[in-house]
Amino acid sequence: MKTSLNSLLLLLVTCLTLTAQAQVPFERILNAADEPQNWLTYNGGYMSQRFSLLDQINADNVSDLELKWVLQNQVFGAWQSSPLIVDGVMYLTERPNSVMAVDAITGRVFWKYRHVNDERALVCCGANNRGVAILGDTVFMGTLDAHLIALDRVNGELLWKQEVGDVARAYSVTMAPLVVKDKVIVGVGGGEFGIRGYVAAYEADTGELAWKTYTIPGPGEPGHDSWEGDDWEHGGAPVWITGSYDPELNQTYWGVGNPGPDWNAGQRPGDNLYSDSVLALDADTGELEWYFQFTPNDAYDYDSVQVPLLADIEWQGEARKVMLWANRNGYFYVLDRTDGEFLLGEPYVSVNWSSGLDENGRPIPTPQPEGMPTFPGNQGGTNWYPPSFSPRTGLFYFSAWEDYATIYRAEESEYVPGRAFLGGGFSVLAPAPGAPTIGIGRTNPINNWTNEVGFGSLKAMDPQTGEAVWEYNQFDVSDSGMLTTVSDLLITGGREGYFHVLDARDGELLYYKNLGGQIVMAPVTFMVDGIQYVSIISGNSLFTFALKD
Amino acid sequence: MKYAPQKPSNWCQKPLLLVIFLSLTPALLLAQEVSDHQYSSEAIQAGLAIYSRECALCHGPQGDLVSGINLRLGQFRNASSDEDLRQVISNGAAQGQMPAFNFGDQELSGLIAYIRAGFDPDGVAVRIGDPERGKALFEGKGECASCHRVNGEGPRTAPDLSSIGILRTPTNLQLNLIDPAAALLPINRPVRLVTRNEETIVGRRLNEDTYTVQLIDSQERLRSLLKSELVTYELSERPSKQSTNLTNDEVADVVGYLLTLRGME
Repeated sequence: MKTSLNSLLLLLVTCLTLTAQAQVPFERILNAADEPQNWLTYNGGYMSQRFSLLDQINADNVSDLELKWVLQNQVFGAWQSSPLIVDGVMYLTERPNSVMAVDAITGRVFWKYRHVNDERALVCCGANNRGVAILGDTVFMGTLDAHLIALDRVNGELLWKQEVGDVARAYSVTMAPLVVKDKVIVGVGGGEFGIRGYVAAYEADTGELAWKTYTIPGPGEPGHDSWEGDDWEHGGAPVWITGSYDPELNQTYWGVGNPGPDWNAGQRPGDNLYSDSVLALDADTGELEWYFQFTPNDAYDYDSVQVPLLADIEWQGEARKVMLWANRNGYFYVLDRTDGEFLLGEPYVSVNWSSGLDENGRPIPTPQPEGMPTFPGNQGGTNWYPPSFSPRTGLFYFSAWEDYATIYRAEESEYVPGRAFLGGGFSVLAPAPGAPTIGIGRTNPINNWTNEVGFGSLKAMDPQTGEAVWEYNQFDVSDSGMLTTVSDLLITGGREGYFHVLDARDGELLYYKNLGGQIVMAPVTFMVDGIQYVSIISGNSLFTFALKD
Repeated sequence: MKYAPQKPSNWCQKPLLLVIFLSLTPALLLAQEVSDHQYSSEAIQAGLAIYSRECALCHGPQGDLVSGINLRLGQFRNASSDEDLRQVISNGAAQGQMPAFNFGDQELSGLIAYIRAGFDPDGVAVRIGDPERGKALFEGKGECASCHRVNGEGPRTAPDLSSIGILRTPTNLQLNLIDPAAALLPINRPVRLVTRNEETIVGRRLNEDTYTVQLIDSQERLRSLLKSELVTYELSERPSKQSTNLTNDEVADVVGYLLTLRGME
């Protein structure tokens, strides 16, 4: 009897001790580099470099990689989720909006939470979700019906649910949220449906709205005069990729998407701020600190929803806090992230919509005659796929699409709430009439468009010059993100379903494996019980590799 | 493992020039080569006027009011070739439900042009001939059947055409005959490979990726090769067939036949 009581007391004390300690306080995310065995935020750290300090896998032993486990998706469609790994547990989303907690060693599932979306949920380009955020003992996910939900990390129970946007007007959330201090920050999708975009922060413990900053300034605000009439009310400018955070400057950075209607720039005269821009927002108040617009009055759907990658480097002889950005519009940019100063901008693929950038980084427009191809095409020179930066090589790695062009057609569009607001259409330049062309994603195991419609080029960009030091070409285009390691590996994939490991220094192929399905997200790496793993999603499965036992 | 794949950029440069050339100047290219195979835009415009006046009352503005018939989409009860349509219009059909019209030759051509253009006054109206004659040409003078397979008969080296009538438009089929290089889908390009073992393989590409290529060779064998094992990999921008030497009427007949190939539906 006495023994039982003691056990009970012990259990009680243990419970109290454990519940008193939140597992992932903000400080852990802030210092994520101190625990490379985990992957605590979408891009692996607030600088969004997707650079890992794990070095167990290296150029000499990478050929000893073997498959450890596979997690099969239960839902077909592009699987764009980027997992988090916290102390041996992987948190992963499955489309449209399920969250799983998975044992990172075996791939077996602890719990699964299914969010049922409002049937009015509407997204342009697939029921995508790109992952969760974690803070304390709570896991956060945005939903297609524009809610933010908070789950207990231990048992997957719903803690709170907050409306982020109006589903009837086609607002949605597809990005993984960004946690900063005690807030959870998300942006909204809907750039093809005439939304007015914003970034919004919620109190992590209650879900209460803390701040909301529109990506299109309202009447009386600076930049509002870059729109005419009521165009600003349905001018798009969505935010659907996770931002970055600089704790010293206390700024969060967000890439902003295309103005609407997408392809009829003449219907919305002006620069259309802050579409196709990067915004620096005060992390506590959401106040706009600076902006840089990549593509004013965009007619090509050149969303600037790339990951704002932060680096502290010596840039052309001077220590600077920079932001590195390969934009969908075909130019690679280096900005000073303290104030948004334009430092460098160079085209990295064929560009003909502009003849170059002026000294402030503003493009000199050269619109092509009607019916003529525009380079890069509608999906861009690159897109949302996460890049990587290796402080060891000083290079910025990303997936680019080469020789890919689009013929745009602009037409007048009427804005109707909750309906597509596109302003025309486009076709992809094809080598023969009726030939298949590249679209969003690939569901056919046969590459029937071939490299004549476009091909993939992984670029290792030197931020000092804006020129690629080396390139690794693929026959098909690639939507894969990048992962680099301190052991100078570059780990990535592509639509062909190959998982490749290259030498980050010179692009030499060290290892490849056919996983059989399109790879449309970046791999992640983590360590449990002294073993380094690499997880990569291909097709409808997540594959996890480690060195042979 | 150290591995050095062939870089696609080398192969891309030549095709890209072709891509741009073909895509930027289709009007110029087609205007000279295809005009004899198509109805003129004047004919289509004339057909629109006649159709609105004489036909739209029963067939409807979209050509779909009579059961079993969709003129705009080329669905008829019995007719198939342009000549069939002339007969139906001139003689009537369906026990007089479709009356006989006394149109002149130019009026008839205009109406058929408008129907073949899919009711689009700015569209392209391909002349479509007699499928029976087309079949004979396909198997005989046209020499199509010496490479193409239809409904289980013929070689497999060129693409199987059993369902081509639902896969391609009349315009595309016609272009395939007149200017095969311009119509060839890039995945179907002929390949010539030489392996490290000095084997030469000629065939048609079925699939390709960064590291491998899949093809059907001249002996109809399915082959998959690692690019790293090849010393030569040549792709041809032209299909193995030449532009047809069939007459304009014969081309229309062959197109008419190909459109009847609708698979196992």
